[in-house]
Amino acid sequence: MNSLSLAQVLQPGMEQSETEVKKTVLKLEHVNIHYGSFQAVKDASFEIYEKHVTAFIGPSGCGKSTVLRSINRMNDMIRGSWIDGKILFNGHDLYDDQVDPVLIRRRIGMVFQKPNPFPKSIYENIAWGARINGFKGDYDELVEQSLRQAALWEEVKDKLKQNALRLSGGQQQRLCIARTIAVQPEVILMDEPASALDPIATGRIEELILELKNNYTIVIVTHNMGQASRVSDHTAFFMVDDKRTGYLQEYAETEQLFLNPQHKKTEEYISGKFG
Amino acid sequence: MNDLNGQTAFGHAADVSSLMEKRRRNGLVWHIVFVFSTTLAVLFLILLVFSIIDSVFGYAVLRNDVEPSALVAGKDSVSAFSRSELEDTARTRLSSGILRRVEYDKPIAERSDKDLVSLIEEYVVKPKVLKTWGFWGSLTERKAIETYIAENEGSYATFRSWLTPSFIMADQSADPLRAGIRTALLGSLWIILITFVFAFPIGVGAAIYLQEYAVDNRLNRMLQLNIFNLSAVPSIIYGLLGLAVFVRFMEPVTSGSFIMGTVDNTANGRTILSGGMTLGLLVLPIIIINTQEALKAVPDTLRMSAYGVGATKWQTIWYQVLPVSVDRILTGTILALSRALGETAPLVVIGASTFISVDPSGIFSKFTTLPIQIYQWSARPQGAYRNIAAAAIVSLLILLLLMNSAAIYTRDKITKKKRLEA
Ligand SMILES: Nc1ncnc2c1ncn2[C@@H]1O[C@H](COP(=O)(O)OP(=O)(O)OP(=O)(O)O)[C@@H](O)[C@H]1O
Ligand SMILES: [Mg+2]
Repeated sequence: MNSLSLAQVLQPGMEQSETEVKKTVLKLEHVNIHYGSFQAVKDASFEIYEKHVTAFIGPSGCGKSTVLRSINRMNDMIRGSWIDGKILFNGHDLYDDQVDPVLIRRRIGMVFQKPNPFPKSIYENIAWGARINGFKGDYDELVEQSLRQAALWEEVKDKLKQNALRLSGGQQQRLCIARTIAVQPEVILMDEPASALDPIATGRIEELILELKNNYTIVIVTHNMGQASRVSDHTAFFMVDDKRTGYLQEYAETEQLFLNPQHKKTEEYISGKFG
Repeated sequence: MNDLNGQTAFGHAADVSSLMEKRRRNGLVWHIVFVFSTTLAVLFLILLVFSIIDSVFGYAVLRNDVEPSALVAGKDSVSAFSRSELEDTARTRLSSGILRRVEYDKPIAERSDKDLVSLIEEYVVKPKVLKTWGFWGSLTERKAIETYIAENEGSYATFRSWLTPSFIMADQSADPLRAGIRTALLGSLWIILITFVFAFPIGVGAAIYLQEYAVDNRLNRMLQLNIFNLSAVPSIIYGLLGLAVFVRFMEPVTSGSFIMGTVDNTANGRTILSGGMTLGLLVLPIIIINTQEALKAVPDTLRMSAYGVGATKWQTIWYQVLPVSVDRILTGTILALSRALGETAPLVVIGASTFISVDPSGIFSKFTTLPIQIYQWSARPQGAYRNIAAAAIVSLLILLLLMNSAAIYTRDKITKKKRLEA
């Protein structure tokens, strides 16, 4: 069986050895998420592997963002939301009473659908996260490194003091990625990071994701089937039942899911019949 | 379907154009209504400004107790006296009691000419206001003024501004020609300072709690509702509250006796501290509501992005939410303080003084404020009091304007700095 993922076909030279052992970073076990009395997601169980890109796809309202937010406890911020089941992060339950969600959010960073830099300078956008987390190192270096990793350095190195809101949408989104990288997370969650961008900016974000997966575990929500197939190693396909509750329909290696879907609904969705 | 002459889902072309006609007419009617109301508002404003200004300038008909020419033959005004004439007049004409006090303060020989002129005018010439005309009247009723002077022997008219530097600087006085607003002005400034110091931190703190921390439960909803209600409570009720709590119950604190032992003034808790805190209570709900609105206007995405890089709630509020809302918070506070500056009723209720000639010297002093002073003067029947009331109103308006500009200036300074380091 062909073990090259689509992404690796598109990006020669990045193929991983066939003997590699996948290390599980996040493990969801029977996760149910509710907003008040409404159940948004039921019984989701799957694993997310270290330094892999995992894509969430599925029709609108099936709970992709909801699951994503539950992984760094951002859902805690939404009034009335609650969760049961287990999410294990390196084997520890994220929702254990002992766990401080603030700490989790530093280790599991998040990039949002709409670029949302802080209304501060480019420099400060990167430095702030580090500073509030008590970073002791060289800030100039941190800023440069983070911007380089986010492929933004060349474009902004002469205007670090400028307000970040003056950047273009695509630059802003890369800045948001840089700001997430700057606090040195292990996992980066991205909720439709390119949906507000033009094809060129989208392409740059995709390149960036492939670059970043050498160092980070990435989870990305996307409505773009091409994007999912280009950047991800694993894909989770979510569906909604007749009560509008989302559930995990199919989870597989991306190429497996796209070339050989096991469910009729998956096949219909990826071929564009609905959603 | 798109045939303009034929039948469409929007009706025949003829129907369409008659409907269009009707829509335009409706629009026009509303347009006229809006222009009319704006014009009306502007007219009222002009009228208000004019009626105030009108009383500040104009003719005053005065009569002297003793004519300057009776003091020194051939001289119509005290300021035309020579130095020796001034000194002589002062020594011979001042009553012995006043003379002794004056000499004790500073010997006559050492006083300046100007000083002596005002002494003689105050204690010897003693001009009295018989009748005053407003600015408009001064222009249109010359005849009436002349007849009035002719009817009243020894009277003369001067055109004057009632708002002068000495009006701002002078003590209170029963004589409208000498009365000034210094004590009231200082009282107002002190009161507003206390109001700010008391209400701003508490108000902003409460707003941050309610907006950012409070969970959506019945208790907090009730709190919120009550804050809205409190902002609509008539100010006189706050006066009653202030009287009961600050003046009576907390007297040892508000009179200062708890730190200074017995205090010799007669304030009995009716101090600047009590007044400032009473007005603080009055503006507290306004500051809370304004601050909450400011915080509400900060998009949640900003908070989310801060949490996303591992910020705590407090770090998010302090470094991200407050810097972008400080603008609106300060604007709301400025508006609230402007309201406090103009309040009269609650201060009258807690027993502000109506006539004091000692300047307030601290938070435990007795006080009066500009609005109280204005109220006092405008209640007097004699014409000249109406003029000085108007002059005091103009002073109050100028003070408000200055305060607001200063506040807006600092606010813009703060936000500009924030934006630059941003
Ligand atoms: N803050 C919230 N409060 C209440 N219900 C919510 C909230 N956020 C999402 N939901 C509900 O949960 C369900 C899943 O929403 P979610 O945003 O996770 O979907 P999604 O898959 O990300 O959709 P999309 O592709 O449109 O972004 C929806 O039915 C939605 O109405
Ligand atoms: Mg979503």
